[in-house]
Amino acid sequence: MPSSLLRVLTCGSVDDGKSTLIGRLLFEFGSVPDDVMAALERDSKRFGTVTDGVDYALLVDGLSAEREQGVTIDVAYRFFQTENRRFILADAPGHEQYTRNMATGASTADVAVLLVDARKGLLAQTRRHAAIAWLMGVRQIVLVVNKMDLVGFEQNIFDQIVADFDALRDRLGDIPFAAIPICARDGDNVIRPGSRMGWYGGPSLLSALEAAQPFREPAGRPFRMPVQLVNRPDASFRGYAGTIASGQIRPGDAIANASGAVEARVARIVTMDGDLAEASVGDAVTLVLDHEIDVSRGDVLAASPLPKAADEVTAWIVWMVDTPLFRGRAYSVMLGTRVVSGTITALSARLDIDTLEEVPIQELRLNEIGRVMISLTQPLVCEAYTDSHTLGGFILVDRLSGDTVGAGMVIEAKSRPRNLHWQRLDVDKTVRATLKSQKPAILWFTGLSGSGKSTIANLVERRLVAMGRHTMVLDGDNVRHGLNRDLGFTEADRVENIRRIAEVAKLFVEAGLIVLVSFISPYRAERGLARDTVEAGEFLEIYVDTPVDECRRRDPKGLYAKADAGQLRNFTGVDAPYEPPTTPELHLPTLEQPAESLAEQVVGDLQRRGIVF
Amino acid sequence: MLLGHLKLLEAESIHILREVAAQAANPVVLYSIGKDSSVLLHLIRKAFHPARPPFPLLHIDTTWKFRDMIAFREKIVARHGLELRKYTNPEGLARNINPFDNGSIVYNQIMKTEALKQALTEGKYDIAVGGARRDEERSRAKERIFSVRAPGHVWDPKRQRPELWNLYNAGLAPGETMRVFPLSNWTELDIWTYIRAEAIDVVPLYFAAERPVVMRDGAMIMVDDDRMRLLPDEVPMQRLVRFRSLGCYPFSAAVESTARNLDDIVAEMRTTKVSERAGRLIDQDQDSSMETKKREGYF
Repeated sequence: MPSSLLRVLTCGSVDDGKSTLIGRLLFEFGSVPDDVMAALERDSKRFGTVTDGVDYALLVDGLSAEREQGVTIDVAYRFFQTENRRFILADAPGHEQYTRNMATGASTADVAVLLVDARKGLLAQTRRHAAIAWLMGVRQIVLVVNKMDLVGFEQNIFDQIVADFDALRDRLGDIPFAAIPICARDGDNVIRPGSRMGWYGGPSLLSALEAAQPFREPAGRPFRMPVQLVNRPDASFRGYAGTIASGQIRPGDAIANASGAVEARVARIVTMDGDLAEASVGDAVTLVLDHEIDVSRGDVLAASPLPKAADEVTAWIVWMVDTPLFRGRAYSVMLGTRVVSGTITALSARLDIDTLEEVPIQELRLNEIGRVMISLTQPLVCEAYTDSHTLGGFILVDRLSGDTVGAGMVIEAKSRPRNLHWQRLDVDKTVRATLKSQKPAILWFTGLSGSGKSTIANLVERRLVAMGRHTMVLDGDNVRHGLNRDLGFTEADRVENIRRIAEVAKLFVEAGLIVLVSFISPYRAERGLARDTVEAGEFLEIYVDTPVDECRRRDPKGLYAKADAGQLRNFTGVDAPYEPPTTPELHLPTLEQPAESLAEQVVGDLQRRGIVF
Repeated sequence: MLLGHLKLLEAESIHILREVAAQAANPVVLYSIGKDSSVLLHLIRKAFHPARPPFPLLHIDTTWKFRDMIAFREKIVARHGLELRKYTNPEGLARNINPFDNGSIVYNQIMKTEALKQALTEGKYDIAVGGARRDEERSRAKERIFSVRAPGHVWDPKRQRPELWNLYNAGLAPGETMRVFPLSNWTELDIWTYIRAEAIDVVPLYFAAERPVVMRDGAMIMVDDDRMRLLPDEVPMQRLVRFRSLGCYPFSAAVESTARNLDDIVAEMRTTKVSERAGRLIDQDQDSSMETKKREGYF
């Protein structure tokens, strides 16, 4: 029975003979049964790119679109095993979307196999693959020089490629690597040494993979375990379930919730097979403590020295979707078992993976790797990725679609500097607001240009003032004349525009005011960002719902006429989208009721919510 | 004490199951009674011990499963105090859709794929956990562990989320659902060596015994009950056979085997040159059959 498991990332394109190599490994170790082989022979005749025999690429390309188009679309996971070891191959396509797919495959890999065509030498592609593997924390590389038969098994050609790779290694740090000359088609040095390269005395590829070390978190790391869930079947049992990220643990050991720092001792390590005397990195366990401390999902149980909770991280981000990443955008950050909101506060550079130099940028596009700073709404226990893949690797999730949009590696985590700590004040917003018989709030009027936002906001404010309440209006157009006059209408500027308006509105909330913001704000994500700047219940999204035809008919500023004539670009409702709110606090259909009665409704709603009392 | 790579696979699966419990609002486990489901159930019990499994089981009952499978299901549910929900496509039942009159494509579509989609929609489940493995079939090799299904339960292989480290994102947009496969990285051999190491109970049909079978198109079909329609010249014969994969009996081919216990099965597994799903007649009825079914919402 195999005693260990090795996860291997294979990089290279079909042209390098990668599929032939993988197909051979799968075939030799009995992973390809006869009936699958028969199907493969059938498909080879139909879609195959080799003139005779079996096209192993078809074994590796799992989707019908891939077989028909002769391309590899996605990462595939394949398994084989020898007497000593079970292998999981993550096979990433070499060309299309390679950064995204390679990063995914590399995130769990112990070893990266880089495939090079002996005739072509070390290409830019191999450098990129090495750089991504390095960045993702893969610290063992096997450089496989294939198609040696086509260069007459010449040693000097192999030596030159190895020397070129060695030079690249200077940039990547001292990453250990083995280099193996092979002929995948005939099998030389793949499983057993080949007789045609007597000058090579090293191991075959398989021997190298059998000898490679599974990835371990750096030695001597203290115990850490992100809590997945609290197991509480009845009042007599309370256990914390999770997978140990580093270190080991025994009953009697002192640990703490990293964000609480109150210590407790481990009483039991519970599994269905009985209590354990010890558990270590990689084990899925349930811990019972000697007394109750405040722990829930998302917390990290840790031994001293405790990891710190950060509210700002600098990280490498691999961007994985078509819509670019901008400064000011907010996402869910998922790290360990915790999810918090984070806003991109700086986007300083892109890593050029050909030169490994950092290039200044304004936005980060699909398959690019950038250095960003993320400000978090709640503290997040994390560590540098180089110290811990579990507490340093995270994903960014779009809050509306739920999609994973990027992968991040923490470079540095910090708490906000002490000299910028929030000054605790005796008079706070509640005190200020109570003076005025109100609770502070933001009334965020969103809708198309000409929908009646400003008209209704104006009526609402007049009524509130008549009632003796204290208000402030922020108008999108007016703010652009002053605070935001440096901003244009690109997507990045729009995001920054809304961030500033939200921050100003928040200051007025701190002052205890009812803030009326009238602002087209066409994107849900941006309105969500504004909502997140204040506490729950303080943000009311008010959808001023007027169909675009009616707005165009009213056209109070003559803007629709200009947009229709092509003199205005990116005009919401004409050639730029408007995403209506899905669950606004208030929905005002202006075709059905006059502005006065809609304004009454808003004031009535404020009274019902206790904002005005 | 579990050793070697099985311990790592077990820990990974337990981690995945705990993420489902933590992130899902209304999860369910697709229980098919087979060996993979048996391993899955064992892992679920381990993941939440000493608590009871936090998921109900859902069995899509086509009414054509082997009798031994149904008996085993009832025994296991009672033994572990599980909540079992059964579902049969009522329209298929009313129209008497069956393996003999309708052919495998129509039968499978109505009694399995449609039934599954109906049951998931009716139950309003956000996450359905299944025992599929990546080594079963080539399109599965590219599927995520947490696999998003668009409205209508369809799978779009080109729109899959990247899945990094052990971070599993179960977030969904309105109308979407999720399928989760905790056994993704296991092989058939892993399953059997684990069953042996952990002494997990499985349906007796996996072990060789004398059973009445008929030969049809090169496949040995067991005559499991008197609904089996024999052709004029067919006479059931007793053969020493077992099953590597269990489904509806008219579509599950037996293999000749002398493997009467787990040691025999593991030994056979190491030398066999036939794939597990070769006995699944429904996988071969269309080109790219499994991928097509998966896109339509099949597991």
